[in-house]
Parts: sequence; structure tokens; C-alpha cells
Amino acid sequence: MNKYPKIVPVSDSAILLEFGYQISELIHKKLFSLITHLINNPIHGVINIHPGYTSMLYTLDKTANIDEAIHTIKNSLDMGQNRETPEARLVEIPVLYGDSYGRDIQRVAKFSGLNEKEIIQQHQSGNYLVYFLGFSPGFPYIGGMDQVLTTPRLQTPRKCVPQGSVAIAGGQTGIYPFSTPGGWNLIGQTPLEIFNLSSPQNSLIQMGDKVKFKSISKYEYERLKKSNGA
Amino acid sequence: MGLEVLRAGLQSTVQDQGRFGYAHLGVSASGAADNFSLRIGNILVGNPKQYAGIEMTIIGDKYRFKSDAYIALTGSEFEAELDNKPIPFWQGCPIKNDQILDIRSTKTGARCYLCVAGGINVEDVMGAKTTHLTSGMGGVHGRILKKQDELDFGSLDNSIKPVQEINEPMTTDNKIIRVTKGRQWLWFHKNQKNKFFQHQYRVTDLSNRMGLRLIGNAINTKKGEIITAGIPLGSIQIPGDGQPIISFVEHQTTGGYPVIANVISADIRKVGQLKPGDCFQFELTSISTAEKLKVDQEKFIHSLHHD
Repeated sequence: MNKYPKIVPVSDSAILLEFGYQISELIHKKLFSLITHLINNPIHGVINIHPGYTSMLYTLDKTANIDEAIHTIKNSLDMGQNRETPEARLVEIPVLYGDSYGRDIQRVAKFSGLNEKEIIQQHQSGNYLVYFLGFSPGFPYIGGMDQVLTTPRLQTPRKCVPQGSVAIAGGQTGIYPFSTPGGWNLIGQTPLEIFNLSSPQNSLIQMGDKVKFKSISKYEYERLKKSNGA
Repeated sequence: MGLEVLRAGLQSTVQDQGRFGYAHLGVSASGAADNFSLRIGNILVGNPKQYAGIEMTIIGDKYRFKSDAYIALTGSEFEAELDNKPIPFWQGCPIKNDQILDIRSTKTGARCYLCVAGGINVEDVMGAKTTHLTSGMGGVHGRILKKQDELDFGSLDNSIKPVQEINEPMTTDNKIIRVTKGRQWLWFHKNQKNKFFQHQYRVTDLSNRMGLRLIGNAINTKKGEIITAGIPLGSIQIPGDGQPIISFVEHQTTGGYPVIANVISADIRKVGQLKPGDCFQFELTSISTAEKLKVDQEKFIHSLHHD
């Protein structure tokens, strides 16, 4: 018998499927193919699916029964896994690093022992993959950062993080598509619109994408921000 | 058919049952904070349950009706007058063109609802009308209502009979919020769990539709952070400072802090009625009890339909 996924009810209307406890591209691919399957073949009673690094949360309709839902989810698993995952796209993200655009870069410096210039260099050199979108609309959780940049989350989350902030939490990096509360370490800002509200399926960054960060000047940042209509 | 906002309250938004099917893009369902009250409001005016109404927070709005209408106010009782005469909550009420409805401060909990026969009509965004303030999506341009906003509502559907009045009390005891064990329950030592359940928490003013930040006993776990995973509505996260955060209707779809417990579905509406400064205690229950309470609440709402 397969040890994974482990299927656990986590509330009276949510079920978590855990596929392992180590972030890996292999698990990501499983989740990606499963989610692609579920989008096209929704399960009765499941109203939302929340992918994570190594897990998938299913939230249920008000009238759904947990035991029945677990049964249906199990049945759908075999159909969804081990299918071909679509070819990864490559997305380039321009970033203005440091200063007021990345207020926590000194905190990252403290934890990594690198100076600001080295942090910017290292952050651009990662082999990045968007593991999933989560947290807030369109927020990409990006793995593949050089682990020297690993910095724990802030003790108390900020009430308001500026839109477009590029940030680090633990060994991962991400981008805030909207101004929301958040506890990640801010290292820079992108002028691009990450999430497309009128057509969310066609947003700039999607699950499964490869990402490249590119350091830009303040001038370039302002120029892109203007041409972006912001 | 419509109404005009003459004075906007603290945080009024268009809300329905929620926007489902987009959590994999990071979009949480949103929807009414006290979904129970919104649904009963819809029943009182003869609307299908998914219709949108207006959610008001702590201080309500003042409206002028630009046509005849049939309305109901539900949720926490606010000071409310129709042409300077008190108007009751939890019952249907006909309105004449040009009448003025003035909803002022709350007398009890955080939120009340205005439902109008035909439903509040705004453009659908990803299949729903609910406002998601955090991302500026849905409702009236993704924002709170302001003075001079004009809102349309649909016409009366005579095939659905409104329920005249509800006799059962709709108020709840908001001093106890029931929870089930969260995914990281075992990460917390017994004495930390005792601290969590034995004393009250106060709702801070850093609370909103996305989450309620509490202050009280700080809870510690040696393990720290988890691999980011999906979290459901009502999950109670423990960040580094040990002060619990209840994720609410506009909650983040995933979280990295350990989840000690999860508010049961039947008590989510109580959370929607908590306001800054309110104190309450958590109480542990089982998933099977929580499921039963959820089913009971659904049955109750269903029983109000007279057809």
C-alpha cells in the first residue's frame, strides 16, 4: 500500500491530502497534474481546492459529509495522478531591489552574512519554479532559491505590504500581487501586474512556471510601472 | 429599481454566499461574514439564497430608495429608522419610492445585513458578486460603499413567497467559540493547550474580514513553521509572537504558521459578529459534533422556506 497521500479531515468541512513532508519537484508535478485533472473534472461537494508545496486542501460544500467526501476524493485520485504535466513556461520578473522597496534586505543580510549587493546577485541566480499560487490572489510560492538567503518570517506580520513586493520567507521566495498583510521579508518590488483580475486564468505567473528575477534601476521601474497603466 | 447611498457607514460591502472554484489561484471564497443572517434576510424577502445583499459593519448606511421595494434587516441589531420611525429586524418590510432608511450604530454585534427583494445587482466577477476587499475584487469596484453610490436591485419575483416574520430568536452567545483540533494540534504541549482554552481572548482592532487578530495568552510551539499548506475558513494560526489569528472569509488560501484549532462551521457566523474589544473563550469539540451542528443549522434555514 502507498503511504501517501495521507488523507486527514482538518475541520468539519475541509480535508487535507499530504503527499510528503519534503518540498520536491516530484511531488509538485503530482499535485500539478492532479489539479489540472480536478479543474476539468470537479468532485461533487468540493467547492475549492488549495494546493500547497506537498499537500492539497479540499473544502466542502455546507451540506457535504466528511466520510462520503473522503471516499469520493480517494476514487478520483487514481484518475488524476501521473498524467503528463504541461511544458513549463519561462517568465522574467523585473525587480527594483533594496531601499524603501525592500525594507527587510538588512534583515536578510544579518541571517545570510551577505551584503546587499551579494543578496541581489544571489536572488537573481536561483533556478526558480512556481510550486503553487496561494495566500492571496495570484501569490506565487517560488522554490529554488539559494539556501544561503534563508531568513525566517517576521515575528509579527505587517498589516500592509506594498503591492508587487518581492520577499523571502524561510527558504522560499514570492511576490505580493496586492497590498495585503504579510510576514515575509521584503527585498524588492516589481512594477508588473502579477494577477489579472478580469481573466485570472491568464495571469502573468501561474503554477508550474519557471521564473527569472532581473534587477532593474529606479528609472526602469518607473517606466515599466507607467506603461503598465498603474 | 435602486437605492442611493446618502451616508456611508464604517465598512459596507455587497456580499453574497461567496466566490467558489478559484482557491487554486489564491482567491478565497469571501462572502458574507455572517452568512446565516444574509441567507435568512434573503428568505424574508423571497430571494433565492445566493442573492447579494449589503453587509454593514458597526456603523450602518443611510439610503434613499428610488423605487418601491421590499426589504429585510438581519444580523446584529443596529439603530435603524425608516423615515424617522424605528424599523424592526428579522421581518420583511415594504418600502415606498423616496423613503429614507437610516441605519446607525450597532446595539450588539459587528454586522447587519440589508436584503432587498430581487437582490443587489452588481457585475459578476468570477461568477459571484461578493466583495473581496483585500484584492479589490467584486461588489462595487472591489471597494466599500461610499456616499452617492447608486445600487440597482432586481425586480420582485412574485413566484417566490416571502416569509413574513421569524419567531425563533436569532441571537447567539458570542462568548464561546467552538473549535475542532487543527492539523498541528500535536505540535503544542498540553500546558500550551490549557493556556489556549482556559482564558479569554480579546479581538484587537487589527481585525477585519481577512482575519481576526487576538490578544491574550501567548501560545508557544518549539517547532516553529510548517511547509506552506492550504488552510480552511476559521483556522486558528499561531504566529511567532504566540497570539492567535482566526482566518476569516477573505482569508489567505494557504498558511505557514501552525494551526492549533479550527472554528466549527456553525460558529463562523459568531466570529462574523465579533468586534474589536469583544472577549470570548474557545471550547473544544469533536469533528462529528461539529458536523452535526452544521447539519442542524442547514436544516433550520431550510425549514424557514414555506413552499
